[in-house]
Amino acid sequence: MTTASVPPAKAEIRNLSFSFGRTEVLKSVSMPIADRRVTALIGPSGCGKTTFLRCLNRMQDLHPDVRYTGEIILHPEQINIIDPAIDPIEVRMRVGMVFQKPNPFPKSIFENVVYGLRIRGIRDRATLDERAVQALQEAALWEEVKDRLREPATSLSGGQQQRLCIARALATKPEMILFDEPTSALDPVATAKIEELMTSLKNEVTIVIVTHNMQQAARVSDYTAFMFLGTLVEFDRTDTIFTNPSSSLTEEYVTGRFG
Amino acid sequence: MDRTRPAPSTRDQSPPQGRAADRATRRPESGERIIEALLLLAALSSVGITLGIVGVLLYESAVFFRQVSPLDFLTDTQWTPLFADAHYGILPLLAGTLTTTAVALALALPVGTITAVFLSEYASARVRETVKPFLELLTSVPTVIFGYFALLVVTPWLQHLWPALPGFNMLSAGLVIGVMIIPYISSVSEDALHAVPAHIREGSLAMGATRMQTAVRVVVPSAVSGMAAAYVLGISRAVGETMVVAIAAGMQPTLTWNPLEPAATVTAYIVQVSLGDLPHGSIGYQTIFVAGFTLFVVTFLFNVAGYLLRTRYHRKY
Repeated sequence: MTTASVPPAKAEIRNLSFSFGRTEVLKSVSMPIADRRVTALIGPSGCGKTTFLRCLNRMQDLHPDVRYTGEIILHPEQINIIDPAIDPIEVRMRVGMVFQKPNPFPKSIFENVVYGLRIRGIRDRATLDERAVQALQEAALWEEVKDRLREPATSLSGGQQQRLCIARALATKPEMILFDEPTSALDPVATAKIEELMTSLKNEVTIVIVTHNMQQAARVSDYTAFMFLGTLVEFDRTDTIFTNPSSSLTEEYVTGRFG
Repeated sequence: MDRTRPAPSTRDQSPPQGRAADRATRRPESGERIIEALLLLAALSSVGITLGIVGVLLYESAVFFRQVSPLDFLTDTQWTPLFADAHYGILPLLAGTLTTTAVALALALPVGTITAVFLSEYASARVRETVKPFLELLTSVPTVIFGYFALLVVTPWLQHLWPALPGFNMLSAGLVIGVMIIPYISSVSEDALHAVPAHIREGSLAMGATRMQTAVRVVVPSAVSGMAAAYVLGISRAVGETMVVAIAAGMQPTLTWNPLEPAATVTAYIVQVSLGDLPHGSIGYQTIFVAGFTLFVVTFLFNVAGYLLRTRYHRKY
């Protein structure tokens, strides 16, 4: 296992193990997550990459009987976000998430975008308007929805819904956004738009993406982690992983010989 | 040696086979048609029965309205069809029905909704699987038992708090009807809440929302049409409930909206009069149908209101 040195890290995972009941799903994973860069997690189904992603915002706490060991240090405060004393809600306020299937709420487009602000108690109309417009612009959706903000979010196309979910995550100005196979339910055109969006967002926010699509990882990410059977096999710069991996397992996977 | 032959032979045979298959799908066997007819008949029978009931109610009500003006029926404040000085104002009965229903809903809507939200959003799978069958068991208690429970248990309790409360009163009957319809409301609402996809719920939680915020702001609005159906079902049960009010609310048609007083409901009146020996074709006999028709109109209106509410909410999203 190699560990590339990563200039300023947003988070550092140290010996993270995670179990559902008695099943250990992640085994001593250690890697950095680069600040304002895109980190991709790849690996065959069941390798633990989604589980790992969902540890980063404590979504795993929603399941009964889960256990974390090790540390996930979030910079700059250097707090360990899997410390039981840390409220998972605090973590989720700082680390946003975009899911595999677009999941807009049964509300208007505008109310979807400002949802995170509303639950944080922000009521001021001017603030809500301003942040909604900004988030929709950042998510490259503003031009398409500016005249229909009161319409139901479900009236949008799948790709637009996914960008709306990204806008919703951006509106609260998170430090890191987790993407769980965000384009697997979308057509190639919508996928291209989301990928473009991730590239433009990385100047502002740290991105971690789980993907099954190797080309996608190669296109959008700066760093790539290859996982297999709950362990981290290799972590390095994306071009190194795809052109000159040090593990033969990684090479076999990225060249499509298994998985 | 046979290898050369199959190819041309299948090419020759396949078109006729295709045509035969086409014929089979276009013209079903006669057995198939009989089954289709039977299925259609089964589907139509419930429609037919409903239309038949409405037809009878309408016809008998028309006979009634030949003798009593509809204006009197709707505005007269007394209902004394069997007295020498007969009055045919539906208001006292309607007030009784609406008052007991209002008391029942004041209890059942909040309790049923909170129960549903708890079971769907907070309870562990084991708690839900244990509590829900028990709740649904409540619906299998015969309503006559609820009626006696209202009269012999709930009313004496209420009299401790309110000594002037009469032995027959709408409050006690309404509360017991409320308990009776809680399972309908909570069970159907819980089904609606539980059917909300997990990724919608997770989307809210991932934004940093608490479980309460997620339930109130995202899950309940997603389930609103199913919950409206639960409410309409509960209201229809409360309006149509007969035994509890007949036993515990009193049989005296009085125009009052005060739940602390006794009053007869539309259903209680129908029970009372149906049990008597009214001659067929008399005006008293006719009142049963007009009361039944009124009840039908009330539940129908609630159903329509539920439907409109549902479509309105859908449009708001």
